[in-house]
Amino acid sequence: MAGISKFFHGIPANRDINLTIEAGEILGLLGENGAGKTTLMNILYGLYQPDTGEIRINSEVVRITSPLESINMGIGMVHQHFMLVDNHSAAENIALGYKKVPFFFPQKKIKEDIVAFSKKFNLEIDPLKKIWQLSAGEQQRVEIIKALFNGADLLILDEPTSVLTPQEAKDLFRVLRDMKRAGHLIILISHKLDEIMDLCDRVTVLQKGQIVGHADTVDVDKKTLARMMVGRDVIFDIQRDKIPPGSRVLHVSAVTVNSDKGYPAVKGVSFDIHKNEIFGIAGVSGNGQRELVEAITGLRKLVAGSISVNDKDITNQSPRKIYNSGVSHVPEERIKFGIAPGLYLYENSILKQHHLEQYSKNSLLAYGSIKSHAKSLVDAFQVLTPSIYVQTKDLSGGNIQKLILGREISHDPALLVAAHPTYGLDVGATEYLRKQLLKQRKAGGAVLLVSEDLEEIFELCDRIAIIFQGEFMGILNSDDPQMEDIGLMMAGSLRIKST
Amino acid sequence: MKIRIIDREKITPGDQVLALVFSVLAGLFVIGLIFLAFGVNPFFAIGKIFAGSFGSIYGFKETVTKAIPLILIGVGLAIAFRAKFWNIGAEGQLLMGAIFGTWVGLNWGPHLPAPVIIPLMFLAGFIGGAIWGLIPAFFKIKFAINEVISTLMMNYICAEILIFLIVGPWKGKTKFGFPYTDDLPASAILALIPGSRIHYFTLGLALLTVLVLWMVIYKTRFGYEVREIGENPEAARYAGIDFFKTTLIIMAISGGVAGFAGIGEVAGLHHYLSYPDSISSGYGFTAIIVAWLAKLNPFFVIIAGIFFAGILVGGDAIQISLGLPAATVEIFNGTLLVFLIMGDYFLKHKIRIDFHVRPRTIKHET
Ligand SMILES: Nc1ncnc2c1ncn2[C@@H]1O[C@H](COP(=O)(O)OP(=O)(O)OP(=O)(O)O)[C@@H](O)[C@H]1O
Ligand SMILES: [Mg+2]
Repeated sequence: MAGISKFFHGIPANRDINLTIEAGEILGLLGENGAGKTTLMNILYGLYQPDTGEIRINSEVVRITSPLESINMGIGMVHQHFMLVDNHSAAENIALGYKKVPFFFPQKKIKEDIVAFSKKFNLEIDPLKKIWQLSAGEQQRVEIIKALFNGADLLILDEPTSVLTPQEAKDLFRVLRDMKRAGHLIILISHKLDEIMDLCDRVTVLQKGQIVGHADTVDVDKKTLARMMVGRDVIFDIQRDKIPPGSRVLHVSAVTVNSDKGYPAVKGVSFDIHKNEIFGIAGVSGNGQRELVEAITGLRKLVAGSISVNDKDITNQSPRKIYNSGVSHVPEERIKFGIAPGLYLYENSILKQHHLEQYSKNSLLAYGSIKSHAKSLVDAFQVLTPSIYVQTKDLSGGNIQKLILGREISHDPALLVAAHPTYGLDVGATEYLRKQLLKQRKAGGAVLLVSEDLEEIFELCDRIAIIFQGEFMGILNSDDPQMEDIGLMMAGSLRIKST
Repeated sequence: MKIRIIDREKITPGDQVLALVFSVLAGLFVIGLIFLAFGVNPFFAIGKIFAGSFGSIYGFKETVTKAIPLILIGVGLAIAFRAKFWNIGAEGQLLMGAIFGTWVGLNWGPHLPAPVIIPLMFLAGFIGGAIWGLIPAFFKIKFAINEVISTLMMNYICAEILIFLIVGPWKGKTKFGFPYTDDLPASAILALIPGSRIHYFTLGLALLTVLVLWMVIYKTRFGYEVREIGENPEAARYAGIDFFKTTLIIMAISGGVAGFAGIGEVAGLHHYLSYPDSISSGYGFTAIIVAWLAKLNPFFVIIAGIFFAGILVGGDAIQISLGLPAATVEIFNGTLLVFLIMGDYFLKHKIRIDFHVRPRTIKHET
């Protein structure tokens, strides 16, 4: 790619980018949220046209004007925001754009191929499930299989592991290394520096749309990379003070919830969360985390059991009533649930709070206070945006996440339910968010943290529950020596009686 | 050579105006061809249409008269379409409004003065239209029945009910056996602007409705919820917005204002109920185009409403003077709608034609 520039509304998202990648190489692309990584890759994949510059493949100038064309040229991409058709099954989604679909009885063949494929790569999916029934982690697996399935020569991965477990990520990387050895080209975007260090040969760092540095991964360490990205030192290990837990905030008692298919996804789970406590739920996604979170936040009906917040029963109440009793929610699929993409940033800054007195008096919207609230969110959470008057879908992925997080935290909830809160955030923003969560905890807030990122869970949580097929395999204190066995517990082969 | 369709990334307001002008012109061009096929000079015919509707005082007054129901219904549809509720049933909602309102007028009119009976009739009209809008809304929420089909079908049901009433129980004693109801009493008849057929009460009501619904959409909490549902129903649910309640209110409003239009037509122009075709010349369907042309913005509905009313009036004019078939106006409207939708498509996408394409793949050397 040579001299690539791309402007949105006159603001550069990419400026004069020169990028070369050779066969048998894995290139890491780093940069803060909104630095222009996704934009650059979308240009390569044919979703956007560059305003200036050209793309050369094997020193021949090509114009890629649609994804279909890039697929035909052998370019595959795993998107940051899942681009799957909701009402289609996983298999149907994967088959879209697949070249080897037979004309007759395509479904059977595809299904077999997919099952064999996902076994081989240890990325398990149920090919017949519809996308809307899948958790974020499962959808990510579908996206990856879809891209790999076509056997792309150049594979672009835009934050492919944001909601995968470490084990799944490892398996994926094994696959990528094999591909590299076979001479494929791979570009990896990730905010997880360990992954970049582990996998990539070279990295390129973007800042505000421009390339600010290249490095060979053998020559640098994590700290250096982080400094190249954000221009300052980033603290990776944050200090969590010991605070004794306060009174009980959330009480979940023998809760059973059905999945979309109608069979139990959460089976008789009980736990409490107290003030000054961060409670983590670890597990491979698709084991009932999503259903449990939706039950607590009122988006899904309970089959049995009860839930209360500050001793007030909230079982099967409406999402608004539950919000009013002090429960905030950062949903796992932020684009799908967290915002209305076509509305302005300031309008989305009060989604879910728009009924509160300060934003709508006598059912008239108070635009003044809405806008000033939006401005303060943008400032506090460093949401990178030209103004609060842009459509929310034009923000970069990480910046949408910052907006949602800011919105959900800013009203000092009694209980914050956060699914993958740092998913997609750059290292600086991750650091900031973790500090915010700990600040909440110190100020008496309770947090329920659902994450596939064990490191994050260890770093933040006071107690950790391990979920497998809708049941808790145990609840451990963060300093419990049995924590070593967490992998076994996540796989369902070990159950520990809670103390 | 290869033709491809790609997304347009930037859309400026200028592009939008351009697309609009271009689609109207392209539509007129095709309509011109149709006129040619009938052996009529297209410039003459199209000129005549606009001369008939906007070129004379008389024509313009007629245009305003016909714009009244189009604006009322169009603005109601705009709010429903914003929530992605595809209400195709405004025609039925209009008729139901006419039925309810006329009943009130016929039965209570003789005993009440105009300032009392007229608001009552419009209230009844609103309720009638609202009921007719609420039924499909309810079925959609409760049983996930597609509203396009149900609202469309409700049109036919309502038309049959109206026919049943005028040939049966409501048949007027003073109408010599014709299938009409009796005339509304004098107190229940709307005054006209002298020298025209403009019933200014309904016109004022239409403009007021536009203002109020504009406020509702952009300034109120409810409007925020409507837009939220339209933009992303999943996020709306997450945000605690009551989908059930909001959809019902939307359809009550959308159907209700169509009901206003229905009773307005009867009390202002016809003075009695007769066959569905004579009460409404397809206003409920034309208003769909109006709402679309107005980009679902209440204020633009006024302009779009007047424009299409002009085509209705001008169409009548050429039908008579040039002896064209009665369906001319419908062809005219239909063609314009197709081009407006196409214009929208080309606003969002662009077409690229490549003359030299060589297939290429990345080859990796190992
Ligand atoms: N379609 C668009 N319209 C307007 N602005 C856009 C559009 N897409 C991206 N931008 C802007 O371009 C900039 C770069 O966005 P991009 O999505 O490439 O960032 P990114 O590096 O992928 O960030 P992240 O790590 O958060 O995913 C951002 O400031 C964003 O607001
Ligand atoms: Mg991105």
